[in-house]
Amino acid sequence: MDFSALRNLISRYCTGEENWVDSRTVYIGHREPPPGTEAYIPQRFPDNRIVSSKYTFWNFVPKNLFEQFRRVANFYFLIIFLVQLIIDTPTSPVTSGLPLFFVITVTAIKQGYEDWLRHKADNAVNQCPVHIIQHGKVVRKQSRKLRVGDVVLVKEDETFPSDLILLSTSRDDGTCFVTTASLDGESSHKTYYAVQDTKSFNTEKEVDMLRATIECEQPQPDLYKFVGRINIYQDRDEPIARPLGSENLLLRGATLKNTEFVYAVAIYTGMESKMALNYQSKSQKRSAVEKSMNAFLVVYLCILISKALINTTLKYVWQSNPNRDEPWYNGKTDHERQRHVMIRAFTDFLAFMVLFNYIIPVSMYVTVEMQKFLGSYFITWDDEMFDEELGEGALVNTSDLNEELGQVEYVFTDKTGTLTENNMEFIECCVDGHVYVPHAICNGQILSGSSGIDMIDSSPGPDGKEREELFFRALCLCHTVQVKEEETVDGIKRGIHQGKATSFYISSSPDEVALVEGMKRLGFTYLRLKDNHMEILNREDEVERFELLEVLNFDSVRRRMSVIVRSSSGHLYLFCKGADSSIFPRVISGKVDRVRARVEHNAVEGLRTLCVAYKALSQEEYHNMCQLLDSAKLALQDRDRKLAEAYDLIERDLVLLGATAVEDRLQEKAADTIESLHKAGMKVWVLTGDKMETAAATCYASKLFRRSTQILELTTKRTEEQSLHDVLFELGRTVLRQHDSLTHDTFSGLSSEFQDYGLIIDGATLSAVMKPAQDDSSGNYREIFLEICRNCSAVLCCRMAPLQKAQIVKLIKASKEHPITLAVGDGANDVSMILEAHVGIGIMGKEGRQAARNSDYAIPKFKHLKKMLLVHGHYYYIRIAELVQYFFYKNVCFIFPQFLYQFFCGFSQQPLYDTAYLTLYNISFTSLPILLYSLIEQHISMDILKRDPSLYRDIAKNCLLRWRIFIYWTFLGLFDSMVFFFGAYFLFDNTTFTSNGQIFGNWTFGTLVFTVLVFTVTLKLALDTHYWTWINHFVVWGSLLFYVVFSLLWGGVIWPFLNYQRMYYVFVQMLSSGPAWLGIGLLVIISLLPDVLKKVLCRALWPTSTERIQTKRKCLTVEQSTIFMLSQTSSSLSF
Amino acid sequence: MMASGYSAKEEDGHHPGASGATGSGVAKSKKPDNTAFKQQRLPAWQPILTAGTVLPAFFVIGLIFIPIGIGLYVTSNNIKEFEIDYTGADMSSPCFNCSQGPSWNSTWPCHCSIAFTLDQPFESNVFMYYGLSNFYQNHRRYVKSRDDSQLNGDKSSLRNPSKECEPYRTSDNKPIAPCGAIANSLFNDTLELFYIDPNGTRTQIPLMKKGIAWWTDKHVKFRNPGGTNLNLSMVFQGTAKPVNWHEPVYELDTDPENNGFINEDFIVWMRTAALPTFRKLYRIIQKKSNMTPTLPRGNYTLDVTYNYPVLSFEGRKRMILSTISWMGGKNPFLGLAYITVGSVCFFLGVVLLIIHHKYGNRNNSADIPN
Repeated sequence: MDFSALRNLISRYCTGEENWVDSRTVYIGHREPPPGTEAYIPQRFPDNRIVSSKYTFWNFVPKNLFEQFRRVANFYFLIIFLVQLIIDTPTSPVTSGLPLFFVITVTAIKQGYEDWLRHKADNAVNQCPVHIIQHGKVVRKQSRKLRVGDVVLVKEDETFPSDLILLSTSRDDGTCFVTTASLDGESSHKTYYAVQDTKSFNTEKEVDMLRATIECEQPQPDLYKFVGRINIYQDRDEPIARPLGSENLLLRGATLKNTEFVYAVAIYTGMESKMALNYQSKSQKRSAVEKSMNAFLVVYLCILISKALINTTLKYVWQSNPNRDEPWYNGKTDHERQRHVMIRAFTDFLAFMVLFNYIIPVSMYVTVEMQKFLGSYFITWDDEMFDEELGEGALVNTSDLNEELGQVEYVFTDKTGTLTENNMEFIECCVDGHVYVPHAICNGQILSGSSGIDMIDSSPGPDGKEREELFFRALCLCHTVQVKEEETVDGIKRGIHQGKATSFYISSSPDEVALVEGMKRLGFTYLRLKDNHMEILNREDEVERFELLEVLNFDSVRRRMSVIVRSSSGHLYLFCKGADSSIFPRVISGKVDRVRARVEHNAVEGLRTLCVAYKALSQEEYHNMCQLLDSAKLALQDRDRKLAEAYDLIERDLVLLGATAVEDRLQEKAADTIESLHKAGMKVWVLTGDKMETAAATCYASKLFRRSTQILELTTKRTEEQSLHDVLFELGRTVLRQHDSLTHDTFSGLSSEFQDYGLIIDGATLSAVMKPAQDDSSGNYREIFLEICRNCSAVLCCRMAPLQKAQIVKLIKASKEHPITLAVGDGANDVSMILEAHVGIGIMGKEGRQAARNSDYAIPKFKHLKKMLLVHGHYYYIRIAELVQYFFYKNVCFIFPQFLYQFFCGFSQQPLYDTAYLTLYNISFTSLPILLYSLIEQHISMDILKRDPSLYRDIAKNCLLRWRIFIYWTFLGLFDSMVFFFGAYFLFDNTTFTSNGQIFGNWTFGTLVFTVLVFTVTLKLALDTHYWTWINHFVVWGSLLFYVVFSLLWGGVIWPFLNYQRMYYVFVQMLSSGPAWLGIGLLVIISLLPDVLKKVLCRALWPTSTERIQTKRKCLTVEQSTIFMLSQTSSSLSF
Repeated sequence: MMASGYSAKEEDGHHPGASGATGSGVAKSKKPDNTAFKQQRLPAWQPILTAGTVLPAFFVIGLIFIPIGIGLYVTSNNIKEFEIDYTGADMSSPCFNCSQGPSWNSTWPCHCSIAFTLDQPFESNVFMYYGLSNFYQNHRRYVKSRDDSQLNGDKSSLRNPSKECEPYRTSDNKPIAPCGAIANSLFNDTLELFYIDPNGTRTQIPLMKKGIAWWTDKHVKFRNPGGTNLNLSMVFQGTAKPVNWHEPVYELDTDPENNGFINEDFIVWMRTAALPTFRKLYRIIQKKSNMTPTLPRGNYTLDVTYNYPVLSFEGRKRMILSTISWMGGKNPFLGLAYITVGSVCFFLGVVLLIIHHKYGNRNNSADIPN
């Protein structure tokens, strides 16, 4: 992954030449403009070849090897292997070469296969035909031969071969519909517009006549940003310049819909297309477990080096006596004698390193990777996380973070679409303080014939009537909703009766659909947009036509949108709708107070409110606006800023019409989920862009705040009264007083008796808090704020900009405990926080797929978070924690006897075990049981985990991988290996243990130790297993059986390919002696005894709540399950 | 991951029309299978280690181990073993003179005899061992210094022994057979036992030299080159004897079944010992009849042909006479260990029983009020 960063750097360096040209000039159809217009600098662009593959046939082997050995672990094993090849080592290079070779080969095959698939996909894409206009004729070409400047003909349902500027379409109005489902997952149709001056071109000939150049920025990955300019040359006149925006840019990968054909010109091709630029890898997240694992690895590396150093030193001390160094029976070769002592010492050190290198096993990485990769399938397979409505289950985008799901301390959640359904229902509107409620509020079905209006208060006068109608028209016009006359649209669909065909309103914002539908129920039906005219069916069944002049699109910074229309009577209007905070300051007249009161009332109810305002424009004003907008749109640089300034100037001096209220219902089980997360010890923060009142109401509804919760407010309203400084300190004091009284009782399960705090903060105050210190006094605002937050069980942040969400996450992430954070959201505005948090979860919501695409895991509904964290997260954590600890344990057991043996063989690096055992110990004898354990272990059943969220606290703070526990495992390993070695030593001590008096040699000694080792290590895992399925039985007993069978086979034949036969019949001879059996049994039991004892005593004397539940269940399984149900309710059940 | 996801999307893009038609079909196929494995609901046995469950196991282990331990201990104690150090490091030892001589080059055999007394008769078969101490047969350089294919009768290895045998690979440009340090340092003392009757006559005790090596070693792993029928001296022509040997390999014994590479003394030596103090089986004294013990109580002499120097590396040589039970030679360790572990388990069982009674019930009910 870091390689791609490097690659980026290199490619940036290499293409630096191109990059200094800020914009590119494209000659449509490769025709040069009339001479003399501008200096013609031919630019070179890449062809349209998409290369997603990493390797070619030729460079696969070296490049893949290079990439694999960039991993520290692989490199370490390579070094060990090379050392074994070079120096005279105790073990054959095969012992480390074979596992390494195996790992490298498997990885290479997997990567090669993936790359082959990519090659195939690339070829399919690169060779698929495109239609290019050349000399007035349509020519079929392979996609990869498409060049920048080519004019392309794309037909319906075809995908665009590169990023194209739309010249003309088959539709008269120069629009076309496109779905970008494969880019960002939004399946709703988006409208794109042809360039005004070229939209009339309908044949190849006409297009071929076009002489124009396009100036545009160099490609950048943002899918939604594009600025450019087209210069059209007609008859040697001054060229006509037109602005180009993202609405003119058809993206590669998107599909043309509902449009017969389009002509377009390629501007970004191949790897420069926005889609290709977007498929760059995200930065890699590392889990806490991985970090501890690396720390443990460093410890073991130190142990390894110190072992080798100790042995080397002792060796030279011991053999300072020449009769020990070279007794008569064991001469050295001349070559060995002549070697310099320092070189000898160094090679001895290396040889010891090689002998003990198995303490850091290759297989651990492979097993961990396999565990993560295979384990993540359980998430995708989970039936309970499947959503029937969406037809989708959970999605795993990265399997690296599975265990992190069990470690979450802070949950940051978006409100709209995450906590709530994002399924908007129009509730009421308020015009000048008069409230209108549509009658029938039932999923888009309308009661026929009724006027559908319920006036809450007295009918307004005739003046009011006019205002009312203006308000309704404003809502009918000020939106970007499209009307679709088909059924198979996945987006937001609501049936409307339009006479003949069933039609749907489609929009990227569900609020708009709700509003337009609400208007329909109030008598104003939006029919369609035709020839730039919006058609409305008013209450008298007359069709009103408004010419749509400008659309000032919505953005989350402005929080409003506007349209400028011309009515059939020629009047010009600007309609604006937006959040109250962004409308009220721009309003000069209207019944602001009454509307404001109503808006606040609705907000408290938890409704989403929007304000509507208008402005009548004179022709002159309109003209000025057009100029302002055009100049901003034509700007090539800083266009966004200039546009924002223009919008700011235009949307001014408005007249307030009224407000709307839309309900967004809570997602099912949202409250239950939040309650569970609370009980599990997680702190839940809601981050939303909504109004404080609305958000707070939702928070109460979702039980984030309970009635008993004391709310601390840190809002603009309060900081206006007091200085931020005072407020912060006051809140800090309140919270800390509580905290001090709590310190004696750390078991937070009881905290419900104490005061529960909730904090509400808004975006403006937050940025004041986060502002870098100006003077000393404000320097510690951050700390105070963090301190307050730490003591609040729930925090609501409202009025958040997307970037602020990420800032909050970052702030908590960097606080001194370094808690694990999780962000969950559904919209594009949550992406930044999803990327920032340790774990990012996307909800496959209605606002497109951006969040799900950028997340680590995607789930259909918020409620699935509960199972994801409490069950899957919990399981993955205990599984991987055991996996890591066990791996280190079993390798201590494996290698420490070899270390001890050095003291009895003159520090000569004589291996204790045979080569085959050394090689296969980690690969096959002990690998499968732990892999299986780490895939299917369930220490508590799933239902209990879900029912009792507080169990999640038992594994908080990475507690199974603390140093204490790591040291326990290591010492257990040391103890066990001492038992193996000295047990065998005393058994062998200067005597025989066969009934025929024959004597065993060193290989029998090693085999005995190894047999005890394999059995102990496997049985230790068996003791740790709480969930014995048939697969566990099969694998555990199977691998022991495999060891026995392998040993029989390995020693049963004179293997012709081996140059030694030291294992011949060793295993059988050993088993033919009774004391060997007795010894093996005894040593296995002694090794397991302390661990069993520790477990039993801990469980009896200091049980964790997990263990209590296990014990309780154990007792209860005997009894009827109904009694178990009773025990949940009645506390007086005795056992 | 990203890249493969990308290619999948690409392919999606190139099946226009398919997406619309299969809308509902896709939804169905995406639904995960409701199998026990995929839903992690496989039926399972869920054992938990509690004081209650472990208790019986501890008692059972205690109850089984203590009798086994006692049995083993008694068996081991019943084994008779006699050991005598004949190194001759002391001035008083009869072999002192022999041990001082510079050994390997000495052509004259040095004889010494040591008298000893057996206080108890040795019933059944008696196994005679020689023991060496401070002799690192498990030194890496030593262990690997052999050529198994040469010993297995491979002719090419006979002419061209493995590199591992260096520096005992060739002598006078002729390949050494058998090559390597292990073979070169073959134990070559000759031990003979004489029983001294109460009336003073010496009777030699017959020592059997067959059956001291593993059957598989003698018959499969070690083979003379060229089969059994040929004249061994012909087969080994062109090879040199190991430098420390007095006679070539084909003159180890007169019995063709025990000569060359399949000489059992040689095979026994070639199985390298695990620890620097070791014993190796030298001879077997077979029980003659049921009436008389194999070695009656009385005086004996051990006649040693002293060839093997050990004092240079502070080693010791011993001769051991031992009877054998089903569990091998005398080794109280296993019995004692069994008794100890059994008692510890029993004791722990009692402790756990107390804990279980005191705390077990408390724990089960403790959390319910919460």
